[in-house]
Amino acid sequence: MKKIGIYIHIPFCIKKCYYCDFISYPKSRDKIAEYIDYLLLEIELYRDILKDYTINTIFIGGGTPSCIDEEYISKILDYIHKNYNTSNLEEITIEANPGTLSKQKLKSYKSFGINRISIGVQSLDDKLLKDIGRVHTSIDFYRNYETIRNLGFDNVNVDLIFGLPNQTIDQCETTLKDIIKLDVEHISYYSLILEDGTLLKKRYEEGKIDLPDEDKERYMYHKGVKLLKENGYDHYEISNFSKRGYRCKHNLVYWQLSPYIGFGIAAHSNLDNRRFWNHVNFENYYRCLKYHQLPIAGEEIINRDMEMAEYLIMGLRLIEGIDKMKFYQRFNVSVDEIYGDVFRKHEEKGLISMDENCIRFTSLGLDLSNLVYVDLLP
Amino acid sequence: MGNRKQNNIRNFSIIAHIDHGKSTLADRLIEKTGLLTSREMQEQVLDSMDLERERGITIKLKNVRLNYKAQDGEEYILNLIDTPGHVDFNYEVSRSLAACEGALLIVDATQGIEAQTLANVYLALEQDLEIVPIINKIDLPNARPDEVKKEIRDVIGIDAEEAPLVSAKEGLNIDQVLEEIVAKIPAPEGDINAPLKALIFDSYYDTYKGVVCYIRVFEGSIKPGMEIKMMSSNKSYEVTEVGITTSKQVPVDILEAGDVGYVLASIKNVKDARVGDTITDKNNPTKTPLPGYKKVVPMVYCGIYPAEGEDFNSVRDALEKLQVNDASLVFEPETSVALGFGFRCGFLGLLHMEIVQERLEREFDLNIVTTAPSVIYRVKKKDGEILSIQNPTNLPEETEIEYMEEPIVSASIMTPGDYVGAVMELCQNRRGIFENMEYLEENRVVMHYDMPLNEVIYDFFDALKSRTKGFASLDYELKGYKQADLVKLDILINGELVDALSTIVHRDKAYERGRTIAERLKDEIPRHQFAVPIQAAIGSKIIARETVKALRKDVLAKCYGGDITRKKKLLEKQKEGKKRMRQIGAVEVPQEAFLAVLKYDEK
Repeated sequence: MKKIGIYIHIPFCIKKCYYCDFISYPKSRDKIAEYIDYLLLEIELYRDILKDYTINTIFIGGGTPSCIDEEYISKILDYIHKNYNTSNLEEITIEANPGTLSKQKLKSYKSFGINRISIGVQSLDDKLLKDIGRVHTSIDFYRNYETIRNLGFDNVNVDLIFGLPNQTIDQCETTLKDIIKLDVEHISYYSLILEDGTLLKKRYEEGKIDLPDEDKERYMYHKGVKLLKENGYDHYEISNFSKRGYRCKHNLVYWQLSPYIGFGIAAHSNLDNRRFWNHVNFENYYRCLKYHQLPIAGEEIINRDMEMAEYLIMGLRLIEGIDKMKFYQRFNVSVDEIYGDVFRKHEEKGLISMDENCIRFTSLGLDLSNLVYVDLLP
Repeated sequence: MGNRKQNNIRNFSIIAHIDHGKSTLADRLIEKTGLLTSREMQEQVLDSMDLERERGITIKLKNVRLNYKAQDGEEYILNLIDTPGHVDFNYEVSRSLAACEGALLIVDATQGIEAQTLANVYLALEQDLEIVPIINKIDLPNARPDEVKKEIRDVIGIDAEEAPLVSAKEGLNIDQVLEEIVAKIPAPEGDINAPLKALIFDSYYDTYKGVVCYIRVFEGSIKPGMEIKMMSSNKSYEVTEVGITTSKQVPVDILEAGDVGYVLASIKNVKDARVGDTITDKNNPTKTPLPGYKKVVPMVYCGIYPAEGEDFNSVRDALEKLQVNDASLVFEPETSVALGFGFRCGFLGLLHMEIVQERLEREFDLNIVTTAPSVIYRVKKKDGEILSIQNPTNLPEETEIEYMEEPIVSASIMTPGDYVGAVMELCQNRRGIFENMEYLEENRVVMHYDMPLNEVIYDFFDALKSRTKGFASLDYELKGYKQADLVKLDILINGELVDALSTIVHRDKAYERGRTIAERLKDEIPRHQFAVPIQAAIGSKIIARETVKALRKDVLAKCYGGDITRKKKLLEKQKEGKKRMRQIGAVEVPQEAFLAVLKYDEK
């Protein structure tokens, strides 16, 4: 049986963070109940389509999945077990905001079989948290973290963002060191990207906030990488670090361009060389499901050339890079034959390093990855 | 035909400044005489080049025959010959005026006389035309017809007391205009039985018919079957069709002295039917041609190159096609180290240049890179040789040059009195030499300057508009050549000389221009993995330097929830931008950068 990853989108938050451009809405009791009903319908609709697959990973993201009642999470997971083959399920992650957790909730998660908690900490500096619109403080995190550990969760991720408005290198390092002290299994250390349509970008363009300059921002990144590596973390993806054996299996699905299905509004799927995405608003999403149609808003057919390009673009995010043998096994052609020139050009520029078996980004390449990506597109 | 009298023909043009309502009035006359309904007008008359409509100017002239029953009960034939509205096309204006006995002078009731109005009036007076003033836009609340009448009298010296006050837009008093045409403009004269003497005032290429010549017959007659001769080239053709233009081209049996119409004679290229040439009967030629055939000489040159990925041959084909209809466009192949194979093109002026560029991009869908425009410099070398240089790259070494001369134009600038100081300052900055200044009325001044053409082609017009809040107007004509202390200003990007960015400038201006260009290029050139130095140099001396900082970060945000499609779109956008780049050494330079040297940006 083929393995597949499942993503569940919970598009509700207490409040939208200023840098976020994902689809989410303020939570309201009625809306959540209605949404979950339709979400279950969608899960059921895929029953036949996924009958040859076995679910390997489940990732419940958002929005803020931890802000809705735990019974909903239970229902969703029950439905997945009921409709699909889950005998090979290895990882169930839920994203949590420290401001929305409670001992009761966490206990329930544990009982549902959730075995990985991803906490959106972003920073341990309360002023910075406030400036980017987070609803929690560092105390919220510490309190919940203790509970998580006490309940026996042994795979915890902490999301951090650097390059925040007015953030100093010291502030950035302090947060990182404090998290390292906790010995969490996994750390995502993201660079702040100003996305179109976010409040943060608007404020930046209006000159109301100041961001660390590029030199400072890159220093934060490389300093962070160094600190994490020194403390026993494996830098396995541009922004992801883990203790041995704790890589995020679900995200690896994306990076390896393996099949995944996304449930919920705005969720994306990748199946049989088709990538498709759901409607982003509730009305369209509901209307389709009412008529037992898949709530798909659009799709892209991935031809072989594009698949190769994407395989490389996603795969290069992994620090170990592209395994030439695996590429050959997947596409029946050698990567050197098709992309040799591109990679050699960027090797000369110091962005790529290559040997007989592997192609990977250099440290400089990680900073300027788009320069390589652009040349890989067909 | 044949039995109607010359007495009932009126041949006239309309002259006006841009935006004073020439085309609108022409459309009203067409509508009023019943040639077309207003709906057909939308479809037909106004159906000219997009570019013309957008810019609100007439590039190619048109002519049309109107039938009008005047108040005296007689039927008249009114031949309207529209003229291009811009100084670049002055020669064509003067040729179309030469085909007429009179001209309607349209003056905007809110703006009064402008530099171009005056220039066109002088052209009309040179042709001895009867000028009929019309005051337009009287529907506007700020119309001041009485002052404008006075201005016309004082400035041009014609009585405008009786001038019709019209609103072409609202269709107001159009009848009065038609009556004025009949009453004031003289009927044509000319012996119908004399040898043929006809003026080509316009020609264009039609895929099916070959070259269509618009002519005014001054003496004799022309009809199908006749062998005609172009007097400037001595080439002969057999006439296949003659006709008149109403809402479409209508063949007629014969065109006689006094008539305006068209001739088809299996002519393959507009070059062989140049505007201003005289057509005569091959077997019974007229003794003297009409005054006026002049080979139009380009004043401004620039390089046009295929952009990255564009084919050299497609650009050549497109230029050839444009040239078929635009005899004043010249081009020849040239090579640039930075840009590869391309063409050096000559134009009548800056507007002409811009129009050709835009047409290449729009009508032919080509991606082109244009280099900075240049005028023609005369170089006297120490060995006595005299060179004409229109590409800065070809300028000899400074040590070989005895002296250089640059073209000088005499410029007339008309402006409200409040801006005299600002205009003077601008002209002096651009090395203008003040000739004189006249007050047209209390608050209207015309200033005459001798100016180097190379100062005029660099954004002078934009600067003038900006300093006078858009009120000033400009007209200029070539006056001659004058010695000047000129140097070649080179630009180096990442240490490499980019020949396509070289310009010839006055020594006193070199530092300032060098600095400005370097600053602009700094803004235009994207950041690279390495720092990119931009230098301006005269010979081996660096006079300005800027640096494009190295790119430190160019990454995608985390690919969350598997939304690869959106990330890819961002990359594709980035890739699209790269396509519009020219590779110069290790540096990618956007096409816009080549125009950056031109933009108006006075601090």
